[in-house]
Amino acid sequence: MSGLAIGGAAKVELRRVGLCYFGWEGETEALRDVSFSVAPGEFVAIIGQSGCGKSTLLSLISGILKPTDGAVLLDGKPIAGPNRKVGYMLQQDYLFEWRTILENAVLGAEIQGADMGKARERAAQLLTRYGLGRFLHYLPRQLSGGMRQRVALARTLCTEPDVVLLDEPFAALDSQTRLALADEVAEILRREGKTAILVTHDIGEAVSMAERVIVLSRRPGQLKSDHAIRFASANGGRPTPFAARNTPEFNQYFNTLWQELEVHVEG
Amino acid sequence: MSKVDGVAFANPSLQYRVWLKRERRGRITVRAMQLLVLLAFLVLWEVLPRAHIVNPLLTSYPSALWPTFVQLLKDTPQQASILSHTWATVLATVLGFTAAMMAGTAIAAALWWWSSLYKVLDPYLVVANAMPKTAFVPIFYIWLGATVSIYGMSLAISLFITILMIYSGFQGIDPNKIKLAQTFGASKRQILTKVVLPGSVPTFIAALKVNAGLSLVGVIVGEFQSASLGLGYLIQYGSQIFKMNIVMTAITILAVVSSLMYLAIAWLEAAVMRRR
Repeated sequence: MSGLAIGGAAKVELRRVGLCYFGWEGETEALRDVSFSVAPGEFVAIIGQSGCGKSTLLSLISGILKPTDGAVLLDGKPIAGPNRKVGYMLQQDYLFEWRTILENAVLGAEIQGADMGKARERAAQLLTRYGLGRFLHYLPRQLSGGMRQRVALARTLCTEPDVVLLDEPFAALDSQTRLALADEVAEILRREGKTAILVTHDIGEAVSMAERVIVLSRRPGQLKSDHAIRFASANGGRPTPFAARNTPEFNQYFNTLWQELEVHVEG
Repeated sequence: MSKVDGVAFANPSLQYRVWLKRERRGRITVRAMQLLVLLAFLVLWEVLPRAHIVNPLLTSYPSALWPTFVQLLKDTPQQASILSHTWATVLATVLGFTAAMMAGTAIAAALWWWSSLYKVLDPYLVVANAMPKTAFVPIFYIWLGATVSIYGMSLAISLFITILMIYSGFQGIDPNKIKLAQTFGASKRQILTKVVLPGSVPTFIAALKVNAGLSLVGVIVGEFQSASLGLGYLIQYGSQIFKMNIVMTAITILAVVSSLMYLAIAWLEAAVMRRR
């Protein structure tokens, strides 16, 4: 377990969170008794088999779902609904095809009633920084998958959240774009000092990007283990996700986590 | 739909030029065949009655239409030029489908907003849509009077299908787009105005296409019953005094009106879809 003091200056904290979905066919327990906390600026990955409640966890932190049991806290206060401090990047870009790239990037600011002049300026800056300066007035269908996902990142960061939730944000991309974009996103989030929570079923992605990896069991999702990821061979510095994949530690972590996940396949 | 990294050919290859040529020739052939079908129809319509293979009293001839049209411009039943008759029909149609689009969208939005309202009303909407609305022509005449009943029929015949089409368009919006808006804290109203309505533009166009034709049907049957103005009235009048020239001229104008409406909607569709 990572040595984060519970009740300290946690950015996000889950206390014995449980969640059930109700339907005519019966109730489904998605999460049971999940507790962990994330320090400010920390990059945490949550891995587990599909259907283990990973995405549900992010929906709870973003405030669009309420827990059936327990509490989710942001800066020590219970989350009552969607919060401006939390940004959420979904599995696909979900850009609105009727809006230009710039109009898509300012969607959050527009919904939150922010100053649109400033929002447009910030969105244009972000998009330019991500190499999309030429395409501000293009439509989404004119862009490739990797470019579109960068627009989605700009849309998330345009509202200046402290916490960024990433729900398998690279799942829809081809493997090269995936590796390149993972590098970019990790670098951007670290530089801006964001607290990040990444949900993925890709062990390599989790180990290479995060400082901490939490493993969830199969449904109902329960906390299985919590690993701090350290790269001693990189002289104390944090290697980029791509470089991290070439370290000896990467393979050790990968194998440990892989075995932990494998147990559930058999069990 | 070219991606930005797509490459345009500055120097088309020989194969490409051959391909282009063949494609162009294909298109021209289709157009030519379309014209040929129309021409064959007109020739048969002209020749068969003249050869007395069919009774000319029943069908009139294409060549008789223009003189009839010119005559109807000045000397017409009800002291109205045929242009006034046409205008009356077009106006009722446009008013009918505009009203159907607006009311249909508003009702569909209400059903989307209160999903339990939809659950309650669903079977009634389906039945109302399946009902032959023309059965209500005499009732509308009694309830609404000669003129308003025509507008009423034009609206009634396209309203329910509009509600059902637009509602199902709203239902078809990707729930993840709505989830995305929710992560920014969007209210229900914002989800409607920023996601559901703009995302349903293709549905609106499809509904408009269906409605333009249906409203015209509603107007014509309405005019059969009650009008003293309009192409439906002219058709009814012409058939009662057995002047097929008048009937066929009115029907030909209807064909032209339908084509123009189709072109207008196709143009609107192209203008809107360029943004997608």
